[in-house]
Amino acid sequence: MAKQVQVIEDVTVRFAGDSGDGMQLTGSQFTDTTASLGTDVGTLPDFPAEIRAPAGSLAGVSGFQIHFSSNDIQTPGDSPDVLVAMNPAALKVNLKDLKPNATIIINTNSFDLKNLKLANYDVSPLEDGSLSGFNVVPVELTKLTVTALEGLTLSPKEKDKCKNFFALGLMYWLYNRPIEKTLQWLESKFKKKPEIFEANQRALKAGFYYGETTEIFTTRYDVKPAKLPKGVYRNVSGNEAVAIGFVAASLRAGIPLFLGSYPITPASEILQELSKYKDFGVVTFQAEDEIAGIASAIGAAFAGSLALTTTSGPGLSLKTEAIGLAVITELPIVIVNVQRGGPSTGLPTKTEQADLLQAMYGRHGEAPVVVMAAKSPVDCFYASVEAAKIAVEFMTPVILLTDGYLAFGSEPMKIPAFDELPEFNFEFRKNPEGFYPYQRNENLVRPWAIPGTPGLEHRIGGLEKKDVYGNISYEPENHEIMINNRKAKIEQVQTVVPDVEVEGDSTGELLILSWGSTYGAIKEGIRKASAEGYKASHLHLRYIHPFPKNLGDVLKNFKKILIPEMNKGQMATIIRSTFLIEAIQYNKVKGQPFKVAEIENKIYEVLGGKNGK
Amino acid sequence: MENKIDQLETEVKYTAKDFSSDIDVKWCPGCGDYSILAQVQRTSPDFGEKRENIVWVSGIGCSSRFPYYMSTYGFHGIHGRAAAIATGVRLANKNLQVWVATGDGDMLSIGGNHFIHACRKNVDLKILLFNNRIYGLTKGQYSPTSEKGKVTKSSPYGTVDWPFNAIKLADGAGATFIARTMDRDPKHMQEMLTRASKHKGLAFIEVYQNCPIFNDGAYFHLTEKETKPENVIVLEHNKPLVFGTNKDKGIKMDGINPVVIDLNDGKHSVNDCWVHDEFDDNPTRGFILARLSDLPGFPTPVGVFRQYNKPTYDGDYMKQIEHVQTQKGAGTYERLMFSTTTWEVS
Repeated sequence: MAKQVQVIEDVTVRFAGDSGDGMQLTGSQFTDTTASLGTDVGTLPDFPAEIRAPAGSLAGVSGFQIHFSSNDIQTPGDSPDVLVAMNPAALKVNLKDLKPNATIIINTNSFDLKNLKLANYDVSPLEDGSLSGFNVVPVELTKLTVTALEGLTLSPKEKDKCKNFFALGLMYWLYNRPIEKTLQWLESKFKKKPEIFEANQRALKAGFYYGETTEIFTTRYDVKPAKLPKGVYRNVSGNEAVAIGFVAASLRAGIPLFLGSYPITPASEILQELSKYKDFGVVTFQAEDEIAGIASAIGAAFAGSLALTTTSGPGLSLKTEAIGLAVITELPIVIVNVQRGGPSTGLPTKTEQADLLQAMYGRHGEAPVVVMAAKSPVDCFYASVEAAKIAVEFMTPVILLTDGYLAFGSEPMKIPAFDELPEFNFEFRKNPEGFYPYQRNENLVRPWAIPGTPGLEHRIGGLEKKDVYGNISYEPENHEIMINNRKAKIEQVQTVVPDVEVEGDSTGELLILSWGSTYGAIKEGIRKASAEGYKASHLHLRYIHPFPKNLGDVLKNFKKILIPEMNKGQMATIIRSTFLIEAIQYNKVKGQPFKVAEIENKIYEVLGGKNGK
Repeated sequence: MENKIDQLETEVKYTAKDFSSDIDVKWCPGCGDYSILAQVQRTSPDFGEKRENIVWVSGIGCSSRFPYYMSTYGFHGIHGRAAAIATGVRLANKNLQVWVATGDGDMLSIGGNHFIHACRKNVDLKILLFNNRIYGLTKGQYSPTSEKGKVTKSSPYGTVDWPFNAIKLADGAGATFIARTMDRDPKHMQEMLTRASKHKGLAFIEVYQNCPIFNDGAYFHLTEKETKPENVIVLEHNKPLVFGTNKDKGIKMDGINPVVIDLNDGKHSVNDCWVHDEFDDNPTRGFILARLSDLPGFPTPVGVFRQYNKPTYDGDYMKQIEHVQTQKGAGTYERLMFSTTTWEVS
């Protein structure tokens, strides 16, 4: 019986299960299929720091949220409309996040005494009425999967592992998505394991047909393609975008890419991804520690590579001394810091923006660097290209801040043509005549003279150098001159930083100033508040040091400046001290991004409306 | 990809002077570093590289000022990180010959991790360890090679820690050329330097170096004419291990233990002595020899403990890149961006 298809604009689905249940894979398959239909997509995985916490436990719950829409969307969605709960723990952990009346698809086979106990349920929530506010859809997921795999020689455990594909098939049916893309993926993935391929494709189809033939859903839904700009699209996560961004930068610059890095959550994927690009001549040096990661990058920069190191908070701390070395030797390197919850080991898999002050000031001595922050997974690509460009054009370290939310979140990216990427204007010094290592050009930039070039043999290092000539110098006057030179050079970067543009009115009551990954939630929050008649303008910063030239002037045009941040007010501190103006802080440090509704409500509060709702 | 690095092809004959920079050397008078600098400058013309293709990298400490005094490319790094910086230089340009000047504190204490991993990977670097068994630049604290019980400014009652044996450490970690020489034996040092320059892989030379200010005479029993013959054994390939003022002592093996034998006692002859094999793949002999300097009653060996061939990290890395490039062709922007699921919005 053909069921009714209802067209909806916007839906948020969360898959949740044990960390061994394959929820990340299920989610990314659903994302790829959905995005390829032209629907706009935003995703956010949420997984524990433990690789395999005890099966069935609350600590071991892993989730993947997908927001897809026929409108242009900016976030992975505040609250799911649909939860797929593979076990009691997944239900318990995620229940509080759901929308009222949300649909919960439950794998009832996992609701046995053992799993209920592991999730600290005394009574099964399926029986005590606690789910009465939701549309509960019980499905015997495990049993149905195993039945579908009858006749295959796999072990019961292996068969059980296919249940995520049953769930995926069911969701494909429910949201009117084709299963072909996932079938193709399975085929290439399990080329050498035909039995596993067979099992998973059977599970996938069984899930799809289960939706089709049973009466559990009376309606299926469709989300039409979004009106996105014309072009060819692909999906990118923030970490992936950083990786391909630097390969693209290397192609644009015409010099090979070198990455020195040590694995750390949530930045490791950049190292893994870049290690694939041997055909691009990319060298990925998996170093013995964080310090060797940046030290090797500095060596590679000295020798003429586009040098990169990638890390997260604890690693940035370890690299601090070496960043100072790159400052004084004036070598181009980019340090990508994928921020996570700190301090110390903190919340390794969660997001935060609390390394801003460290990126700005966290070095001994006067050691200014360029600081940038990416605002979305796609922007991670462009910000990487720009960070690389500034580094080589100004012979300076650049710290590019992303965070766990951007790193793992994904969205469709319109693939730019190669010549749409900015040109890299730099050259290696070749001419020995009149060469001095610290002679500066009109932008105060010293020459990049790389080993192998005859006649330019010179020595640089961490000791203070004589202005222009570059020999060691302890002269008091010279030290001050060099500190001023290095500072002035970084300020000179401002000449290539575009002016900020305010989204919304350029003067008014309230300006929301944001930086980094909060962009999407703030943009949507403002849109929603505006629909209710509460106006706020939006200013988003990608360049944090140096600030865009016009920033101070723009800020003066508003009565109130609100700065939402996933820290305790680090940008607010910088804004206050730079411009001597008041800023209203809005801080959240829960390892979770801002929700659109949180921003919306804050706008009402600041504007004194909606009874401070 | 357009490669902006190009090389000038000219044949140049150098002299020692060509490797001297115009900076005044500022080590203390009588410092053993002067001899090391002189021997490096003297042998650099024999390294088989153009001056612009030689890079000296260092960390922090008296020894790490070394790159400033060479007229090659030089990089004075931060404390302990020379090996890591040098690895980056080497990986960025395979045409460069990369040398590291470092000290016992720089390389074996704060830089210990980088040292063992550079050895493990057999990166094609030449590491020159200036071992004076003391912290000189910070004015006289004990170092990881200071002998146990040493009284220094930071150990007024004597150290209680055991020292590293740098040769054992380097061989154990995977270096493929392991040698020791002394500041006061210029000819021997020159030979070691030239040999290291020709080695493919991680070449490690420990130089016993005198610090006249904070650890004066630490090696005099090994370096001075009167005591040297009795206390030093020079390792030479295929030659029996013989030492002593009158060449009257030898080292032979008793099971797995070395013993000193008297070649004039009527019971032993040079034929009983162990014959040195520099090119032994098996590390056992090298390790036994490396221990001698720690054992009372035994002479301290200098020379090449071991040299063997093992693919280098940088060599294999470049091969892998070439292999993938041969298979796939050089990477293009189109391949970078489109070799994944894509869809068109029209």
